[in-house]
Amino acid sequence: MTWEDVVRVASGSGHVRHLYVHLPFCAHRCGYCDFVTAVGGAEAHGPYVEALLVELEREGDMLAEPLETVFLGGGTPTFTHGDAFARLLGALPPAREMTVEANPETITAPLAALLRDHGVTRVSLGAQSFQAHLLDVLERRARPDDVRRAVHHLRDVNFDNISLDLLYGVPGQEPSDLEADLAEALTLGPEHLSCYELEAKPGTRFTHAWGGELLRQAEAMEGYFEQVVERLTAAGYRWYETANFCRDVPGRDLRAQHNLGYWRGRDYLGLGVGAVSTVSSAGGVTRRRNRPSVARYIAALGGGADPPRTFETLDVATRRRERLMLGLRLDEPLALAELEGAIDTGALSWLAERGLVEREDARGEIRLTRRGRFLGSAVTTELLAA
Amino acid sequence: MDQSRIRNFSIIAHIDHGKSTLADRILQLTETVSERDMRDQLLDSMELERERGITIKAQAVRVDWKGYELNLIDTPGHVDFTYEVSRSLQACEGAVLVVDAAQGIEAQTLANAYLAIENELEIVPVVNKIDLPQADPEGAAAEVAELLGGRPEDVVRISAKTGENVGDVLDAIVARIPAPAGDPAAPVRALIFDSSYDQYRGVIAFVRVVDGRLEAGSAVRAMATGTQFDAEELGFMSPQRRPVPALTAGEVGYVVTGLKDVSRLRVGDTLTARVTPAASPLPGYKDVKPMVFAGLFPTDSDDYPGLRDALEKLKLNDAALFYEPETSQALGFGFRCGFLGLLHMEIVRERLEREFDLDLLVTAPNVAYRVERRGGEMVEVHNPAEMPRETERVEEPYVTASVIVPKDYVGAVMELCTERRGRFDHMEYLSEERVLLSYELPLGEIVLDFYDQLKSRTRGYASFDYDLAGFREGDLARVDVLVGGEQVDALSLILHRQFAYERGKQLVERLKEEIPRQMFDVPIQAAIGSRVIARETVKAKRKDVLAKCYGGDITRKRKLIEKQKKGKKRMKQVGGVEVPQEAFLAVLNLDGERKRT
Repeated sequence: MTWEDVVRVASGSGHVRHLYVHLPFCAHRCGYCDFVTAVGGAEAHGPYVEALLVELEREGDMLAEPLETVFLGGGTPTFTHGDAFARLLGALPPAREMTVEANPETITAPLAALLRDHGVTRVSLGAQSFQAHLLDVLERRARPDDVRRAVHHLRDVNFDNISLDLLYGVPGQEPSDLEADLAEALTLGPEHLSCYELEAKPGTRFTHAWGGELLRQAEAMEGYFEQVVERLTAAGYRWYETANFCRDVPGRDLRAQHNLGYWRGRDYLGLGVGAVSTVSSAGGVTRRRNRPSVARYIAALGGGADPPRTFETLDVATRRRERLMLGLRLDEPLALAELEGAIDTGALSWLAERGLVEREDARGEIRLTRRGRFLGSAVTTELLAA
Repeated sequence: MDQSRIRNFSIIAHIDHGKSTLADRILQLTETVSERDMRDQLLDSMELERERGITIKAQAVRVDWKGYELNLIDTPGHVDFTYEVSRSLQACEGAVLVVDAAQGIEAQTLANAYLAIENELEIVPVVNKIDLPQADPEGAAAEVAELLGGRPEDVVRISAKTGENVGDVLDAIVARIPAPAGDPAAPVRALIFDSSYDQYRGVIAFVRVVDGRLEAGSAVRAMATGTQFDAEELGFMSPQRRPVPALTAGEVGYVVTGLKDVSRLRVGDTLTARVTPAASPLPGYKDVKPMVFAGLFPTDSDDYPGLRDALEKLKLNDAALFYEPETSQALGFGFRCGFLGLLHMEIVRERLEREFDLDLLVTAPNVAYRVERRGGEMVEVHNPAEMPRETERVEEPYVTASVIVPKDYVGAVMELCTERRGRFDHMEYLSEERVLLSYELPLGEIVLDFYDQLKSRTRGYASFDYDLAGFREGDLARVDVLVGGEQVDALSLILHRQFAYERGKQLVERLKEEIPRQMFDVPIQAAIGSRVIARETVKAKRKDVLAKCYGGDITRKRKLIEKQKKGKKRMKQVGGVEVPQEAFLAVLNLDGERKRT
């Protein structure tokens, strides 16, 4: 089945409830980053946004009204030239949750107001660390004060859903540095926290420079994940996904609703360079990936054609394996009925006996225990049917 | 042929001293093979033999030289095939002893020379490779003359590579080696000194007719095994099969038997006529028994039928190979195989992997043990995991080992032999520089890595050979390994009590390095009976998660996990613990451990 078929079948059905929009521009590429980014070239911002809107136009029919979530990711979305950025925000369909990723140093009072005025409900700040020496290792431009200032600007215009990203496992990071970062972050009272272990991804400048050091400290790093979970849960946050925490406020679900869509195996449409979509239709599930070139993206859509893309067809078994892999990241139970054939039932009993998986047989559900979640990959690998 | 114009001889040499090259030159010089057909090392027909430069299976070729019929009987060149070598030598009246002009006498030279002397053969000493710049023909000739008690001027100096003086070797064979002395009128007796399997014609026996006359088409019986067959075809090799109506006393040739099972015709047995049989067989037949055993398991359990078929095929050509099905809790279905020695094991393993494209896991080799159970019953044990826990006594095979080294390494060799429970027998200076050390050693101490250790401790200068010297009682204990509380049958060892603690400790330390951290603590224990003698723990992983997983990288993360799943399939599961296959080889490198890392 081709993408055209998918669009045709899905068009008008309006069933896709999650929209991702990729804004690749950054002031500077950080050494550890392997996302699709483009540095400089401010003259491309306007044409790129226009092209995005053409792509939205071409495929907008499959979107539900209203959308549940829109997520603007990057790159640094808030680095996008002001006029172009405002045009994009104004043209996007409304959604119950609309998140924008931002680097702290880009958040000014006017930008905070702009976001607020265009229906953005949630801002995810790439704080990474509050320690100047670690920010230097990461080649981040923001200083610790920039993070605090950004949060205050957002609070000033009444943003009540702010997320902070923290990175741990940075070369040279001591347990006391991590403790300080967590304490600083908690002081700012964010509704949501994402804490990632720094991955030395192959081919990045960072891996080249620090790979050896990361290997050396690998064992010490094991304790960091525990430290993060303990500190944040002790502060009242809910550890709802492997790397994500949110405040538990009665009457509000502060989990990242957009990402929750991914983890629950929902369909999503991705626009922009490098963006991925996964859309189901009567004929099956198709995943497509836009190629990363900004110039070719703009040229194709400007000429009335689809941007360069690659496609992957997901059969039912693959889909179930993904459900298992993603669903086990959450603290909520996963229904076995959706996973028939994907699970090795022998392994399930064995893992349950060892206290890594919890079975709720009456309801036909499973979830990982606390220890199981620390070993999520190993447990998932074990649980997958061969 | 008139017996007085027949000469039967072998060429014996240490590995790489030029035996095969000399054989090639003889075939060329006697025009048995045309230049055009000449292929290097024609006699070594198997690919593996050519590659390793060693002869595994003996064959016999007839050449003509100045009106004489010369039968060259090629011998296997390694200690594991000593019995076959001795049978080949028994088929001869003489032997050409080849020594490398640069290397001088080596351990195998000695072993082979002694075998030839025991068989009362006339020895024609030859110093080869005189064309090499570093050659010392006079020194080597002096060593050989000293060894054989002859004169250095009787040693023929040649270069098999260039062909220089090879004719002199043939002349010396005719002049010095006696003609066969059998009785042409007596009932036929023919010694089987080798056999091979031809897929169309069945088992082909290579024989030396000692007495009488063997007729094509006649009814034949093998006297030791009782196997009967009709001699479908007789002939000699030149180097292809050349049929003749009969082979007479003194002659060497082949017999097409039509038998389908090589094990029914054993090397060393005597063929006679069914109609007028000889009264007694030729002396010296032995039923050779495998001494070294190892478990062979397919890496992928789906390959089990393939392994079984491959072993069946190899067995057709290798009567000494023994195998029986073995089931291991840890490794699944495989075979316990018996070999004559380590080289034999190595050759079989390589042929299985190369010719049959099998991926194998071979357990640490062990020797055969004779065990007296409580109550007096005697059993032979080929697998440490089957050693009874309660025994009255245990006997293990011993060898007499000869090591030749430059004198600077004598201390190192003595140290190694002592570590391996060796008992010094004697020492002798072969020259001012080179020393022969003779030790009695348990074969079980040799099968793991003795040879590697010997080579590394003498910088490769030592040459080594051994001969079986019978079974002796030993203070032996079965050491079991438990991983995650469960015994791993494939890792059981039989060790001398004196070393059990130390080796047990080394083994669990090695295993700790080989077994990856799991989702829970994995204790690794070595135990004698219920007594734990060493213990280590592989600490549980505290964390194993993919930090991020969002819409863009779901495919990549899924593939990563699927790849890990495939990797796990290749691990063997012992009580829920993933044990990588390398771990089963840990026992092979206990002493080498520190050097490796």
